[in-house]
Amino acid sequence: MQQAVSAPEPATTTLGIRQDFPILARTFNGHPLIYLDSAATSQKPNAVIDALADHLRNHNANVHRGVYPLAAESDAAYEGARKRVASFTGAEQLSTIFTKNVTEAINLVAYAWGRANVHAGDAVLITQMEHHANLVPWQVLCRERSAQLRYLEVDEHGQLSLEQLDSELARGDVRLVAFTHVSNVLGTINPVAAMTARIRAAGAVSVVDGAQAVPHMPVNVAALGADFYGWTGHKALGPTGVGVLHGRTELLDAMEPFLTGGDMIASVEAQSATWNELPWKFEAGTPPIAEAVGLGAAVDYLGAIGMDQVRAHELALAAYMHTRLAEIPGLQIMGPEDPEHRGGLASFTIDGMHPHDIAELAGRAGVCIRAGHHCAQPLMRALDLRATARASVGVYTEPWEIDALIDALIAGRAVFGT
Amino acid sequence: MDDLYRDHILDHYKRPRNFGELDPHDLAGSEHNPLCGDELAVQIRVKDGLIEDLRFQGQGCAISQAAASIASEELKGMELSAAGTLGADWMLELLGIPISATRRKCALLGLKVVRGAVSGDHDWPSGSL
Repeated sequence: MQQAVSAPEPATTTLGIRQDFPILARTFNGHPLIYLDSAATSQKPNAVIDALADHLRNHNANVHRGVYPLAAESDAAYEGARKRVASFTGAEQLSTIFTKNVTEAINLVAYAWGRANVHAGDAVLITQMEHHANLVPWQVLCRERSAQLRYLEVDEHGQLSLEQLDSELARGDVRLVAFTHVSNVLGTINPVAAMTARIRAAGAVSVVDGAQAVPHMPVNVAALGADFYGWTGHKALGPTGVGVLHGRTELLDAMEPFLTGGDMIASVEAQSATWNELPWKFEAGTPPIAEAVGLGAAVDYLGAIGMDQVRAHELALAAYMHTRLAEIPGLQIMGPEDPEHRGGLASFTIDGMHPHDIAELAGRAGVCIRAGHHCAQPLMRALDLRATARASVGVYTEPWEIDALIDALIAGRAVFGT
Repeated sequence: MDDLYRDHILDHYKRPRNFGELDPHDLAGSEHNPLCGDELAVQIRVKDGLIEDLRFQGQGCAISQAAASIASEELKGMELSAAGTLGADWMLELLGIPISATRRKCALLGLKVVRGAVSGDHDWPSGSL
């Protein structure tokens, strides 16, 4: 047995909002639900559930078509959601496009910008820490266009190197750089503004995957300087089925549509069509109306807390989680050591236990954590790992839940006799 | 005692039987579990239509490793043609523990590798799993 050197400082941080999330009242095997998988998807507050239901109960009609009052209500709700989302992220409404998720947002850029601007001999630069959503679309694009796909490396602290970015850009062939704001495996917060400035100066276009950032910290897309910035609603307390792409207006204006069909046209002739204006040019077919309304309620909810408060809370939780995880013998944590450089998640391994077994045993105690490759197989290979366990926090997480995780991990180790 | 992590499962996980390399061998195959990226490979030596010997290599969770280890003991001496048609029930019965839908892929990975090596059937188990 290891001697405890000193008891960890008990963490007290809380936003006091757990009761706003009805699912957190559930129990499993007699244990309260301890949800530490917010990086996969967030739980939803009553405000979002009610907004979604209210739209479907009272205001549902298709958008952009009807002249009757109910249709006007639905229009106002959908476009009102866009206004709130754009305002939440410091973006313009007309360059804020609703997509299905961040995967579709990135594919939109890969198809509509990439196919027109990436040619044989060009390069697309991504990083070793990308989620498959910000990796496979660029693989497919590069294969199609006989372009080169190159990677920025992740160092032993789980961070990228601006020097390597500079030297890659200096080669003169990079047309586009795609990278994540916050790594879903390492937790690393990348220096987005420093990177986009370099990318812009080199004449390339930046694409940022903000899925793990927008729900957890203040994000102002104008200040970050990204040409394209995508994120997803369901990780940000919103419903599934709605994501967001913010783009630079002059780039979006010059692009051909991604998906075509209804709503994205200005007029259609037998053999040709002209496109609607922004943002609707990129929203073909009936959009996720109720889901967007739900996302509008989600950003209102987050905005009312204040994203500075959210970040401060999650930073305190992350630091506490790091300290407590480090107490467990044989446990290794991936990513940056300094909590200031990471989001509220920790990927880890325990000697002698496979991550799936760790997660299975934690689940018996009501503790929900992730195990696997986290849709980042190239990164896992770079780390020489097959899988990790991952615990991630959200606005509703409280320190006692971290304690429950630690207890579950200790009990799990006992089962395995390690 | 834990339902899933029973002593015999943990014993096979910590001291897997018939793990390593087998050379020379007549049949070989490898598969991976797309859920977790775990990989498992098998090498089989055949004599007179029977599995004379076999070895697994790879890494994975307790369930996948224990299942492969337990299966390896049963497969030795089995008719090759029979091994190629073994079903999920055979494996799950041998394991003797309740397997949830999400862990089914783990439990069946060992048998999947064997079926692939013996009959070239890499699609098993298909559909609903």
